[in-house]
Amino acid sequence: MNRQLFIPLLVFVALCVLLYQGLSMDPRLLPSELVDEPVPAFSLPALDGGATLGAENLKGKPRLLNVWATWCPSCYTEHPYLLTLAKEQGVSIVGLNYKDEPAKARDYLARLGNPYETVISDEPGRLGIDLGVYGAPETFVIDAKGVVRFRFVGVIDERSWNKELKPVLDRLQAEQD
Amino acid sequence: MIPELGHFALITAFVVASFQALIPLWGAQTGQNRLMAVARPAAFLQFALLSLAFACLTQAFVVNDFTVAYVAQNSNSLLPLRYRISAVWGAHEGSLLLWALTLAGWTAAVALFSRRLPREMVARVLGVMGVIAVGFLSFLLFTSNPFRRLLPDFPLDGGDLNPLLQDFGLIVHPPLLYMGYVGFSVAFAFAIAALLAGRLDSAWARWSRPWTTVAWCFLTVGIALGSWWAYYELGWGGWWFWDPVENASFMPWLVGTGLIHSLAVSEKRGVFKSWTVLLAIAAFSLSLLGTFLVRSGVLTSVHAFASDPVRGLFILGFLGVIVGGSLLIYALRAGGVRSEGSFELLSRETGLLLNNVILAVCALVILLGTLLPLLSDAFGWGKLSVGPPYFNTVFPALMVPLFFLMGAGAWLRWKRHGLAEWFRRARFSLALCLVLALGLTLWLGKKPMAVFGVSFLALWILAGVWIDLGDKLKHALSWTAGLRRLSRSQWGMLLAHAGIAVCALGAVFTTVLSEEHDLRLTPGQSVAVADYRLAFSGLKEVDGPNYQAMRGEFQVYEGEALLTTLYPEKRAYTVNRTSMTEAAIKPGLLHDLYVSLGEPLDGGAWAVRVYYKPLVRWIWLGALLMALGGALAVSDPRYRLARQQAKASLGKGVEAA
Repeated sequence: MNRQLFIPLLVFVALCVLLYQGLSMDPRLLPSELVDEPVPAFSLPALDGGATLGAENLKGKPRLLNVWATWCPSCYTEHPYLLTLAKEQGVSIVGLNYKDEPAKARDYLARLGNPYETVISDEPGRLGIDLGVYGAPETFVIDAKGVVRFRFVGVIDERSWNKELKPVLDRLQAEQD
Repeated sequence: MIPELGHFALITAFVVASFQALIPLWGAQTGQNRLMAVARPAAFLQFALLSLAFACLTQAFVVNDFTVAYVAQNSNSLLPLRYRISAVWGAHEGSLLLWALTLAGWTAAVALFSRRLPREMVARVLGVMGVIAVGFLSFLLFTSNPFRRLLPDFPLDGGDLNPLLQDFGLIVHPPLLYMGYVGFSVAFAFAIAALLAGRLDSAWARWSRPWTTVAWCFLTVGIALGSWWAYYELGWGGWWFWDPVENASFMPWLVGTGLIHSLAVSEKRGVFKSWTVLLAIAAFSLSLLGTFLVRSGVLTSVHAFASDPVRGLFILGFLGVIVGGSLLIYALRAGGVRSEGSFELLSRETGLLLNNVILAVCALVILLGTLLPLLSDAFGWGKLSVGPPYFNTVFPALMVPLFFLMGAGAWLRWKRHGLAEWFRRARFSLALCLVLALGLTLWLGKKPMAVFGVSFLALWILAGVWIDLGDKLKHALSWTAGLRRLSRSQWGMLLAHAGIAVCALGAVFTTVLSEEHDLRLTPGQSVAVADYRLAFSGLKEVDGPNYQAMRGEFQVYEGEALLTTLYPEKRAYTVNRTSMTEAAIKPGLLHDLYVSLGEPLDGGAWAVRVYYKPLVRWIWLGALLMALGGALAVSDPRYRLARQQAKASLGKGVEAA
């Protein structure tokens, strides 16, 4: 038997193991490089077509920066809870519409309701890459100076909000007051 | 009722495919004619059933049956009929159905045109194709059923087709591409059948050659069409973006190109057999991997993959069975293969092998670039994704030696050759190409490195074509008699190689010499672009069937002469509230003028983008030449003769040429 003929098979098996890992791993466990760093500089249009937004638009008060897209099924799951947060608890959320078609995104907000103060339209995905975004949804907690203080990957629901995100935001609120 | 009929046809096709997969393979292994005879009728029946299923889904689109979930998501009553039909393959479920139908079509074609092949071979080939069909049909039935109903609460109207897909290019692009992808399954099935039979002689290479070439032609045209569509429809003048979807079609093309050449060498000279089989497996495996990577959404978002673990796991399992299984058979069976020919280090065989390796490395490099986000995530390196910069550095670096060898091959003989002799024969052409390329570079005076490099390589390839032609005519009585004596497959090869040169010239010249202008224009203003003057004379509102549009009017002048008027549009689609840019193009063999209307600005002005794109048409022209070359080669009567002789020469290892 010729051993080197098995090389393609071994390469393929290795590839399958990798793909399987990609399938089963929990991306939530990975920290962001950016925690305690300021939001990288950017200049991107607002989704509603108005002004150009930059990192300075994220300063002033603590808030959430929520990465979302219409191609992301989990975002539809997360959306109603974001609405609750914005409307009932007065949480300030800025949206980052990531690698999406702006028109589709506008339609999404028109149909499902808009929890965002403003939405940054990152069609080429550059800010997403600078932020180290893996996919959507992802949420960053940003303090009043525009520094990233916490990163949360995955769907925000009542449990994860109360356990992980709310304490951070409350602490930042207290720091400011 | 009709969607249920379609669903039923799909289930029946699945059952038939299972029979087609198991019984003939078992029959071939145990030598039972009755079992092997199941293959052909099963292939035809499967094709008929899938055609019925496809017709049922099409009917649901035509009559706007919004109780079917897939129709409700991807169509709308305002959508024109031709787009309602093309919407059938506009999204995940329907395009999988088209994939399955195409596979069944290829299977039926093999069943129809294989009358002269040995019984065992036909049974094995159709059986292997049946295995693939079982995988696809179960994926359709268990995870992505296109006939799922939305009852009792169905929408009154549908969500409309993505406006990007409402275009002629996208009506024909996916079917052509799938014909190519799936066509490689034939070469794959022949390779596996030959391995199973333990007969890797020249005969299998000869049988799979025409099939592979046809599939390659479809893929070539499909990719070119996709690139052309991206160019005129996306509105920013690009023609290749290295995005995962494009890479998914380009990788099988590269390996398929290698396969065509390797098959030719295997058939004619009896060498590279093991390598050829591996390429046949790789070409189809990459088609599969590509289809699934694109379809599963794994590369758009890691999360989307994880969010539907059933589909993801199914995909992985299927890939594991088909690719892993075939590589295992390869590892166990290819060991006994002996080359019948021999060749020395410097010979046409080595040249072809080198080019083959470069093409395979190229596909591998693109695969790595495409999968890197996934790999880095699995290893926890953080988000690493490589964009066009990576591909634009690595790809041309690999193309330079490839193109050089392509040209150099013309002066290389089969079996052996001396370096000094090669140089003596090629030096005049080499010098001429260098001088001409230098002249062109000096004359243009822009981007000397890229212009010199590509024009030298393109001229070098063309010189190779010319020398090859000369060699073939050497012994003819006269030029015209020689030309007439040239076989169609020789014409095909020359044409395809010329196509590569044309394509390379177009690609590089467009990339380095294009002009781009982002302008702010109010009606009445004019701008100068290259040798033209462009006058923005006004805007008008127009209504389409399912959109409203603002249509700009631009007069193009050269000097004082009015050449043409361009009408770029900005469309707003009513139902899904999407806006789209329809660029207007003044096409030309030497350059395009491309105008695209952006957003309205204040003061009645509009953002307007104008591109001047030299030689951009050559990219697609080159691809068409390649496909035409392939078509000519397939139409060579030699193949029909070959089929008649195939039976007689089976197992002897034909030394043709």
